[in-house]
Amino acid sequence: MRFSVMLSKLGEGMVTSVLIFTLTLLFSLPLGLIVALARMSKNGLLRSFTRIYISVMRGTPLMLQLLVVYFGPYYLLGIPLSSGYRFWAVIIAFSVNYAAYFAEIYRGGIESMPAGQYEAARVLGYSETQIFLKIILPQVIKRIIPSITNEVITLIKDTSLAFSIAVTEMFTVAKAIASSEKTMVSYAAAGVFYYVFNFIVAFVMETIEKKLNYYR
Amino acid sequence: MEIFSIRSARKTFDNSLDVLQDISISISRGEVVAIIGPSGSGKSTLLRCATLLETLDSGELYFSGERAAWNNENGETVYAGAQKLREIKSKFGLVFQNFNLFPHYSVLKNITDAPLSVQKREKDEVMRTARSLMDKMGLTEKADAYPFQLSGGQQQRVSIARALAMNPDILFFDEPTSALDPELTGEILRVIRALAAEHMTMVIVTHEIEFARNVADRIIFIADGVIVEEGPAEALVSNPQNERTRTFLNHFQR
Repeated sequence: MRFSVMLSKLGEGMVTSVLIFTLTLLFSLPLGLIVALARMSKNGLLRSFTRIYISVMRGTPLMLQLLVVYFGPYYLLGIPLSSGYRFWAVIIAFSVNYAAYFAEIYRGGIESMPAGQYEAARVLGYSETQIFLKIILPQVIKRIIPSITNEVITLIKDTSLAFSIAVTEMFTVAKAIASSEKTMVSYAAAGVFYYVFNFIVAFVMETIEKKLNYYR
Repeated sequence: MEIFSIRSARKTFDNSLDVLQDISISISRGEVVAIIGPSGSGKSTLLRCATLLETLDSGELYFSGERAAWNNENGETVYAGAQKLREIKSKFGLVFQNFNLFPHYSVLKNITDAPLSVQKREKDEVMRTARSLMDKMGLTEKADAYPFQLSGGQQQRVSIARALAMNPDILFFDEPTSALDPELTGEILRVIRALAAEHMTMVIVTHEIEFARNVADRIIFIADGVIVEEGPAEALVSNPQNERTRTFLNHFQR
């Protein structure tokens, strides 16, 4: 196989990886905030439920969760597996897993906010929703960006776990080429791809962090 | 005319000695009242209850004749509904010890945001009000600065402007100079004195006895959650009647 053919095949796999990455963030970032709010809710039942959810998500391997989401509907409910579901199983498993991590980051950020910010806003008559959206959340985002960056970078590498249910993302492609062509080159190339992807994402996150540095 | 009153206020905490035991205060329009007392006397709790940051166990609250809280048949405080309390919150302002400015908002936005998004006032009018307040507070140059770029004294002036922009009937101060260096204390006291000259109704919890004596019409001395003594400022400081007041004031005369 010519090197250029290999690269174009890896490139196709990369598109899937980027798609998994983007969709997972799109769903897990808002979901994580909802989970964080439930985790801090006044309702004890909701609080216990989210605590268990977060504990399970963080306490078991993501690959295992992925297999459960993919095979669960068949083994538990007898729903036949369709090939189209593979990709969405990845998105569901990843989003649900990352939401748990993001939830704890949001919670840490929200709990670190000084009580004075709430009090000043309450005295000025802001509603609780306004206080959260206008006063608290923007400051929380600034505080948690470094932790979010960590998770986002881990996610890029975790996209390769989709390989375990045969979604043709970049790592799956690299492995297929490696075994059919008896070469390590595809792995090396995939490594470079992942690194460049990470580099770009890290740069973007750093830019966001700098943008938020207009205040302290 | 009465602007604010708290009647028979009681408040206890599970794990704090800070309590209020049957405190009643009435403030008239244009009056400047200083509240003094040792730490743990309940003066901060009193202010927090008056500004609705803390709930009373028992007692009543009135702002410009509107009832914010009253006793039910069991003698426990019940509060007005959320909508009513929001209206009432427009009637008073609170200046905190540590300013509590919004760090992600510029000086101008700190001052204008609540009038715009809470009171839903006209943008042009709010901007004019904010400009004139900044002018008065010597902050005109700082409109676009962020709180971290300002000195403590400037930050406190922004927070006073933020409270005034709501056009309150009464302004509460919770030890407004305690977080400031001595040389910055003076500039805040000058601002408060200027407001007093304009007949702004103010209640000031403070440790600055000399300032209280000069600027307040009336001083209330609180200890252990009760009003020990109150009276015209000059008389209370120079000729206290109660032994506890004398002991407390003696600490300040070195």
